[in-house]
Amino acid sequence: MPTGTFDEMNGWPGSGTRPAYGEVRRWLDETSPAILQTRQAQAELLFRRTGITFSVYGDAEGAERLIPFDLVPRVLSSAEWSRLERGLVQRVQALNALLADLYGAQDIVRAGIVPQELVALNPQYQLAVAGHTPSKGVFVHIAGIDLVRTGPDDFYVLEDNARTPSGVSYMLENREMMLRLFPELVARSQVAPVETYPDLLLETLHSVAPERRNGDPCVVVLTPGPHNSAFYEHSFLADKMGVELVQGADLFVRDEVVYMRTTEGPRRVDVIYRRLDDAYLDPLAFRPESTLGVPGLLSAYLAGNVALANAVGTGIADDKAMYSYMPEIIRFYSGEDAMLSNVPTWRCREAEHLSYVLDHLPELVVKEVDGSGGYGMLVGPHASKAQISDFAAKLRAAPEKFIAQPTLDLSTCPTLDGDKVAPRHVDLRPFVLTGADGVKVAPGGLTRVALTPGSLVVNSSQGGGTKDTWVTG
Amino acid sequence: MLSRTASNLFWTGRYIERADFVARLVEATARLASLPSTYGGDPTAWTGALAAAGAAAAFAKTGAEPTDIAIAPFLTVDPASPSSIHSCLELARNNARAVRTALTREVWEALNGAWHEVERFAGPRLSRVRLDDLLETVHRAVLAFEGAAHRTMLRDDAYWFLQLGSAMERADNTARLLDVKYHLLLPRDELVGGSLDHFQWVTILRTVSANTAYRWVYRDTVKPWLVADLLIFNTQMPRSLASCYEEIDGLLDRLGKGSGRRGPAHRTASAMLLGLRNTDIDAVFASGLHEFIGRFLADNNRLGAAVAEQFLF
Repeated sequence: MPTGTFDEMNGWPGSGTRPAYGEVRRWLDETSPAILQTRQAQAELLFRRTGITFSVYGDAEGAERLIPFDLVPRVLSSAEWSRLERGLVQRVQALNALLADLYGAQDIVRAGIVPQELVALNPQYQLAVAGHTPSKGVFVHIAGIDLVRTGPDDFYVLEDNARTPSGVSYMLENREMMLRLFPELVARSQVAPVETYPDLLLETLHSVAPERRNGDPCVVVLTPGPHNSAFYEHSFLADKMGVELVQGADLFVRDEVVYMRTTEGPRRVDVIYRRLDDAYLDPLAFRPESTLGVPGLLSAYLAGNVALANAVGTGIADDKAMYSYMPEIIRFYSGEDAMLSNVPTWRCREAEHLSYVLDHLPELVVKEVDGSGGYGMLVGPHASKAQISDFAAKLRAAPEKFIAQPTLDLSTCPTLDGDKVAPRHVDLRPFVLTGADGVKVAPGGLTRVALTPGSLVVNSSQGGGTKDTWVTG
Repeated sequence: MLSRTASNLFWTGRYIERADFVARLVEATARLASLPSTYGGDPTAWTGALAAAGAAAAFAKTGAEPTDIAIAPFLTVDPASPSSIHSCLELARNNARAVRTALTREVWEALNGAWHEVERFAGPRLSRVRLDDLLETVHRAVLAFEGAAHRTMLRDDAYWFLQLGSAMERADNTARLLDVKYHLLLPRDELVGGSLDHFQWVTILRTVSANTAYRWVYRDTVKPWLVADLLIFNTQMPRSLASCYEEIDGLLDRLGKGSGRRGPAHRTASAMLLGLRNTDIDAVFASGLHEFIGRFLADNNRLGAAVAEQFLF
């Protein structure tokens, strides 16, 4: 077993440039850091002018911030990608099967694979939709699967995002930026295009529209509004698909049918790509104080008159405690072994696991089971003594809310830092679409990079950046 | 089109237009105020500008002395002042941001770029050089916005709502400018106040970028009644009330085609256009310019309410 950190371009320490990076290596050697810096500044200006910004909660000053974009692409060979792709399809099919089962017969619980209380007592399990089959049987239309890498063939799934995964607009805009700044490099490298994603997404959404007698299905994107951190992405996707971007107040429900308010009167809506959590969808069914949702939406959904993507209740599948059972879940539904490994996970709900975790906090990463965005997590090796003892107290108080994982030595990728190029840790979020007619994956995905030397936290809300991701050859 | 989208576009159009008007108003005022008093320089020029921008009450609340030093930043860069250029562009941008999908990338970038540029001028003090720089920036930004809209947007509801907001605001601005200066615009047989007033009339023309247009239309020296005629009735002059209402009427026609119905907004606009066509400047002076403008402003507001009603804003 080689020692040190695996680098996407340079492999293990001491080995040569990996073949997929041939063109990028040559380009880095030929291009002076000053030119790279100029291009980087140019990219920032273009992003700012386009308004590709996001908001960070609890940060008054950064009301609109740019996600830092790094020029050096992350490259995967087509062989690496096709292996990943098969694993992603398998995994997302299992997630959909799991949800159909959990909201149906619950065979997997009766088979003793997933514990009863993890379902019944889980706030992410939406009792309101138990027994309901969504249109065409699809639950997770859009999934973002977070992958990390520790060696040439060692990819791990870090998280499944089955609720409202974001970031796909950066996947597309980063490519546009690279095409604009370095057209020859992209052309020489024979990069698989990602620009068809909006078409694939629209196809997927059309495919799950409930049957109705006349007219084409009407698809909309439902956003919480311009103050949401991912608003840019919502408007971007609606724009690229050519569908309306609506807020809750633009929709209303009459006789269990959803309409949008237009200048020419009400217009019927068939499919809602909603970028709003379950809890805010319908004040009559969920949080009564929510003003972002649509009163009566759930009744229209249960009547089968509107499809929601993703379906209501998918949060139970991306719960981090549920995650730890994914290898068994995949085997249960497909009869195959999981092609993509899980990161070993300690479930703090189990006493033995909890005591191990408490003894090894400085080495572990501890996460909330329903957390996201890198909020509320502990990265043991980077935490102070006080932070660790605070976290231990939280763990003891509510162990079922946490899982723990070893700190993985994530692969690094060359990244521009001031006037030099240096290795920084990266992950990968491919986007997987599931419609009535099957599963599709856009080649590549979003590579997130921790810009601070040594840091393992890549979340944009925590100061991470992004890179263009190439599948070549 | 979503009613909210229509509303956001309408207001984007209005606020851009208002930013443009305030910029030209400030530019013309600064020029008038810098003339020596023997040449018509007017120490009350800045308070007049406040009134024309509809910002007199808001300025009074700040308790500042009504001098150019306080008023110029108040009308341009002050984020706390509701009718400053900064606020107008910010509101235009917020409205546009909520309906990004209805605008082309070029239109959005023109507006977003304008807002970021104007942000650079923020601060309590504004030298004359920086003021000119700012006004020039706004001027160019508005042209870029209009040009981008003209060249890149589909000719559909989105474009028409944007133009509708802009035309209604333009009519409102011209009318308010006339209302503040009505005492200077006298009928033909009235004794004209002498050469001092000349600069005031020229200032009015400059505010609506019509200094040269006036001469092309009338081929005459600047006469107050002709200034009034130009700004109210001349349909070649894009900021005249008649011209704005021809545009508004045409836009509502197009918007009505989608649904095949004529609504209350349409009827109000057509009635106003007819009113403007069937009267002339002598009749207006006979019944009182001030009263005429007051009625027009009220009708224009009524049209705003009718638009909101008809398109379910």
